[in-house]
Amino acid sequence: MRTLLIAAALVGAAGARAQDTAKEIQRYRDMVAEGSPAELFEFEGEALWKKAQGPKNVSLERCDLGKGPGVLKGAYAGLPRYFKDADRVMDLETRLLHCMTTLQGRTREEATKRVFGNADRPSEMESLSAYIAAQSRGMKMAPGVSHPKEKQNIELGRALYFHRVGAWDFSCATCHGDEGKRIRMQELPVLYKPQPARAAMASWPAYRVSTSSFVTLQWRMNDCFRQMRTPEPNFGSETTVALIHFITATGAGATYAGPGNKR
Amino acid sequence: MKAGLLFLAVVLPAFAEPTGRDIEKLMQRDFHPRGQATMDRVVQDGVQRVCTESANRPPAELAKSLEAEQMKTISFPEGNLVGDWKRGEDIAQSGRGMTWNDPAGQSAGGSCYNCHQLSPKELSYGTIGPSLRGFGKMRGAGTDVQRYVYGKIYNAKAYNLCSQMPRLGASGTLTPQQIKDLVGLLLDPASPVNE
Repeated sequence: MRTLLIAAALVGAAGARAQDTAKEIQRYRDMVAEGSPAELFEFEGEALWKKAQGPKNVSLERCDLGKGPGVLKGAYAGLPRYFKDADRVMDLETRLLHCMTTLQGRTREEATKRVFGNADRPSEMESLSAYIAAQSRGMKMAPGVSHPKEKQNIELGRALYFHRVGAWDFSCATCHGDEGKRIRMQELPVLYKPQPARAAMASWPAYRVSTSSFVTLQWRMNDCFRQMRTPEPNFGSETTVALIHFITATGAGATYAGPGNKR
Repeated sequence: MKAGLLFLAVVLPAFAEPTGRDIEKLMQRDFHPRGQATMDRVVQDGVQRVCTESANRPPAELAKSLEAEQMKTISFPEGNLVGDWKRGEDIAQSGRGMTWNDPAGQSAGGSCYNCHQLSPKELSYGTIGPSLRGFGKMRGAGTDVQRYVYGKIYNAKAYNLCSQMPRLGASGTLTPQQIKDLVGLLLDPASPVNE
């Protein structure tokens, strides 16, 4: 049924003008805002959070996402931030990976084998992200910005945002640099400016209508680099975390409204 | 002495702003090759470096000399450069090519509609680049215009060093024949672009 509605919304908009398409997408967003497909991923994520696994056969329930072991309320809204035990800034997914390797004793290779899922089968990371992010709904987003390593990381993210590279000479700012610009029909938020960054970051991670799958910020960074025609960034690398940190810090103060829906 | 060091630590910033070289080293650590996307792609060339460092506003003299260097990468085919606009339209529509999941050796598209309006029949066009609707109608299809369009698509940086547009010929994305077909799309009076 949902797929039919999506198809109807999209087909109805084809051939219409850009404004009409944007309106159609907004209408669809409003329609599903009450009961988002993201909820299904949240349920799955809760089960995975509580599931004992790995060589140590323990769950993630003692994982410290920045508010203390096992505290989920508001944890997502405080990320990325510096973690003393790892001596680096981590976003949600990088921190989850850290907990999988330290608490559960899993190898990095095993835990990152399938970080991005698809419509048929979401990944563990995606479901966990949905579950954890949902518990910051309605809260002010306040990533770490005061520790020297946090400040340094945000500046690194800013430099990366404008760094032109790859087979087509792109930087993030090539597409996300000027307000009101689009790629085909897709409007692109200017993520180095507070207002558009707030709106964007308040809705990630999200259910993606066009692919019927749940997508995370690590996925977003990965797929942007793919389109920039660079090699592939490692999951949870300093590069991807710095970019996520920079954009989240730029949009700090937003009220978290996700996990939302995307085109 | 100890007090002096302490003093330094207080007045110096805790870190230096990352340079292009720092970013390059970071990317060499943080990325891995996949498919046709090899690691040489995270190394900036001169154009990318100058445009990054100058926030896309390079000093005029430097821009001029680097543009001249880029011009040398273009080899203009002999004769008429106006190819088949119908094939050109397909190339303009296609956004495939050069990513890590595009099979190497498969022909790529120009992603033109991602950023430009061209044929009035295509309503799904981007706005990062200028509208090219009516391009040939306004300029004709003389030898100089043909050369300009061919050259601009082959290597946009030869004309405007920090252009956002990819160097579609110089990067190996499009073949000379494909670029001629795009010249046809823009300049052929029968092309929908010139309706």
